[in-house]
Amino acid sequence: MTELVCIVCPKGCRLHVDEKNGYKVTGNSCPRGEVYGKKELIAPTRTVTSTVKIRGASIARVPVKTDREIPKKDIFAAMRLLDGITLQAPVHVGDIVVPNLLGLGVNFVVTRSLAKVSDAG
Amino acid sequence: MKQEYDVIVVGGGPAGLAAALSARQNGAESVLLLERQADLGGILNQCIHNGFGLHYFKQELTGPEYAERFVDELKKSDIEVLTGTMVLELDLSERRTVYAINPQRGYLELRAKAIVLAMGCRERTRGAIGIPGSRPAGVFTAGAAQLYMNLEGDRVGSRVVILGSGDIGLIMARRLTLEGAKVLGVYEVMPYSGGLMRNIVQCLNDYDIPLHLSHTITEIRGDKRVEQVVVQKVDENRVPIPGTEEVLDCDTVLLSVGLIPENELSRQAGLEIDPRTNGPVVYENMETSTPGIFACGNVAHVHDLVDFVTAESQRAGKSAALCSKSGSPSEEGMLRLKNGFGVGYTVPQKIRPQGVEKSVDVFFRANQIFRGARIMVKSGETRIASYPREHIAPGEMEKITLPLALLKKAENGELTVSIEKEE
Amino acid sequence: MFDVAIIGGGACGCSLLYELSRYKVNAVLLEKENDVSVGTTKANSAIVHAGYDPEPGTLMARYNVEGNRIIEQLCADLDILYDKIGSLVLGFSEEDRATVEALYRRGVENGVPGLRIVEKEELHQMEPALSENALFALWAPSAAIINPWELAIAQAEVAVQGGAKVMLDAEVTGIEKNGDVFTIETSQGPVQARFVVNAAGVHTDRIAAMVGDNSFQIIPNRGEYFVLDTTQGKLVSRVIFQCPTKVGKGVLVSPTVHGNLIVGPNAEDVSVDDADTTSMGLHNVRQAAIRSVPNINFRDSIRNFAGVRAISTQDDFIVGPSEACEGFFNIAGIKSPGLTSSPVIARDMVQMLHRAGLELSPNPDFVSKRRVLRFKSLSPKERGEAILRNPLYGTIVCRCETVTEGEIVDAMHRPLPPRSVDGIKRRCTPGMGRCQGGFCGPRVQAIIARELGIPESQVPLDRAGMHIILGRTKEQKEAGKQ
Repeated sequence: MTELVCIVCPKGCRLHVDEKNGYKVTGNSCPRGEVYGKKELIAPTRTVTSTVKIRGASIARVPVKTDREIPKKDIFAAMRLLDGITLQAPVHVGDIVVPNLLGLGVNFVVTRSLAKVSDAG
Repeated sequence: MKQEYDVIVVGGGPAGLAAALSARQNGAESVLLLERQADLGGILNQCIHNGFGLHYFKQELTGPEYAERFVDELKKSDIEVLTGTMVLELDLSERRTVYAINPQRGYLELRAKAIVLAMGCRERTRGAIGIPGSRPAGVFTAGAAQLYMNLEGDRVGSRVVILGSGDIGLIMARRLTLEGAKVLGVYEVMPYSGGLMRNIVQCLNDYDIPLHLSHTITEIRGDKRVEQVVVQKVDENRVPIPGTEEVLDCDTVLLSVGLIPENELSRQAGLEIDPRTNGPVVYENMETSTPGIFACGNVAHVHDLVDFVTAESQRAGKSAALCSKSGSPSEEGMLRLKNGFGVGYTVPQKIRPQGVEKSVDVFFRANQIFRGARIMVKSGETRIASYPREHIAPGEMEKITLPLALLKKAENGELTVSIEKEE
Repeated sequence: MFDVAIIGGGACGCSLLYELSRYKVNAVLLEKENDVSVGTTKANSAIVHAGYDPEPGTLMARYNVEGNRIIEQLCADLDILYDKIGSLVLGFSEEDRATVEALYRRGVENGVPGLRIVEKEELHQMEPALSENALFALWAPSAAIINPWELAIAQAEVAVQGGAKVMLDAEVTGIEKNGDVFTIETSQGPVQARFVVNAAGVHTDRIAAMVGDNSFQIIPNRGEYFVLDTTQGKLVSRVIFQCPTKVGKGVLVSPTVHGNLIVGPNAEDVSVDDADTTSMGLHNVRQAAIRSVPNINFRDSIRNFAGVRAISTQDDFIVGPSEACEGFFNIAGIKSPGLTSSPVIARDMVQMLHRAGLELSPNPDFVSKRRVLRFKSLSPKERGEAILRNPLYGTIVCRCETVTEGEIVDAMHRPLPPRSVDGIKRRCTPGMGRCQGGFCGPRVQAIIARELGIPESQVPLDRAGMHIILGRTKEQKEAGKQ
């Protein structure tokens, strides 16, 4: 039996996951907690958020995220993919920055629309 | 541009955006939103992490995405927006005037039938908590570090100690780690965390960053840049225990030691301030002690989730719209909310039953951790309502809904909210 | 070659540079840091003392009373924040009465105007927040509060405008004299001068020793302070002292010219430049202060700091020619009331230099007036006009202190442009308020970088090398290539 804090929503339910009993989850107050509890022990995943460089916008970095959760073990490898990238304004929410990252079928996408303000960096 | 509006909203962060939209949707014919920065969205623009919108949009968004949804809606409306505009003073007499400056338009004098204050909050600093030692570079509030990293792309440190377990500090622990910094630990003076449990799990535990409860920084050392900090265990009165000193080599200290409503304008305008929230005292409709002046979001009390800011601000916007048409509700039968055991504050602080449609949401924070407890609402010795909770923590805002029918049971014009441990 | 080289850009050095700029004197000020006023001058009680403390007949007594008299006009001329609010020395016992009466007599003898002993009823009418235990007080209406670093900066600015030179980041490492010429080795290269004035604060003994003058030593003495939010700034309306002891004037409670409350200092001998605050020191300051004013809310503290006073092995100020080396002058051991005294010390020093052979003919380019636009104190009409004239006055950078981008850019284009975030803070106050630069720091950094044409990363917090940021994100690969 493993005790977990559910991170699906801010409520923070205390879950009990019984590995010996088919990963049966108790303590959850919604179905998503059950899914989380099981997944967290079998193959934990996370959304990764970061930034990439952008030119021509009012700020120097544009925020990005993975459009789905990726395996926890791949977080740092995913982060490294963002290092060499420079976008050019304008950009829009949802623009794909890195497609199919690490072959996971997940994309890094832009999370803030930024208008073009100048040609300078 | 006009000189007179039904509703003027001060602040274009999540609270102001929701309030302005709601005011317009609820009958205010002219609404003006004033924002001091060049962009709308407020602090959400630098909160690039996810976890926003689960309640309101039923999906998990990042801060900028959450803000952009409201900004897009605002653009479709006829709400006037002035960015780069700083409100300097309010005149809340009968004239109800907002004085502001804008680089293009100069000194502005704008009149409103109702004003919504949504200036947000600010971070407590090193000076406020009085950490002794030297004064080198490398000491940041967590939010300032977040701005440097997420908007400017600056690296603020490579070996980092975080004081305080507020949510921004926890989020920054992960953010710094992802950008290659070593976060040595998060030190919290209280015996519990000030942030959300989920942030401790996904920002600290995921990256093996230790959380040291009942610990504080007692000295900062370093000539030009932070070189070391001394951390120490504290007793139950938060006094450092001699002999528990530990010296950590680091180049950066991040402070996440609390947020305080930004109340310059509120104070200047003479609004009644609640010393517990540090924000204006508000009624059930988010109206302050001055009729026609409303406050919502973190300027009223510091929230844990932006979704609750949105809900509260929609209420304030709607109330401001109604007020611009037909004035404030009558004070008849007004109830004061008192804080009983375990309750740090409540918002609203006062309820006018005349202003309640069906029910009123009361937000509060506990001042200690409870496992298995009941939130009790009493009037004198009479029990009005009770709400069971499995878990209550100071880091997480609590909400109870009081139906109008129950309010009518109150005697002596008072209601007390308290927490009782479940036996 | 310079006529006069001044070592040290504190209150005394800057005052002297200003006084010399009245004349056609080729003067240079050498400062080891990247700005003037950053030693003891920026970290003290910020009081213009009335002059009842020093023993009659001392230099301290004369300079103090005369300084008190002339500093008001100087502040008016140079647009330096100053407010003559008066001071009270509280008595808590009959033992204190003897001290207060002695101070009164001393003050009268020193020529301090308007002194009076006020009794309990009047005292508590004047200052309702005082402790019930305060029984009487010495009232000195001529005491004032001032912005101490602005006093130094303003004088340096107008001196530079009048033709004087300031060399920053110029640490003096050695002094040689050949014939009538001094060669001063600095980290910016050698500087030659006919006369040298040593105004190096806590380092004056080390500088004097470079010319073989070992006539005094400095015993650095640290004082720790609290600065409280403007919400506490009106708790008292005058400078509140306790009876002085052997180690100093004790812990004071006073409004500041910026509307805050200042509380401190304690007194502790330390090594040079040790301006750390300590939990014990701050605790002692708190305990001493609430003896005078019990209801100070230290939760509204916005900053604590420490300053190091240059107390010398001699009882009085040391102002005059060195006996060890002709042409070399000391302004040393300038403890309290040094700030008050500095303008008079400077005038006296000019006469001493004259007597030693320095010619004094009027400088036609002398600048005697300075005006600074402070947006916060403008009327609505003036604010509107200012923004029309320059839209930068329409953008607030510091919300706590209502400082506009225009004021910061103004400061960047005055004669002694600051190079650091704190340099801007000293000139136009962004970051001095309750958020302590949390919001405006990055913005100020960007404006300095823009105006100086340098990368933001090269703008230090204060002294050179105090880097705020350590590099850029997402550029590890490029950094690897270099």
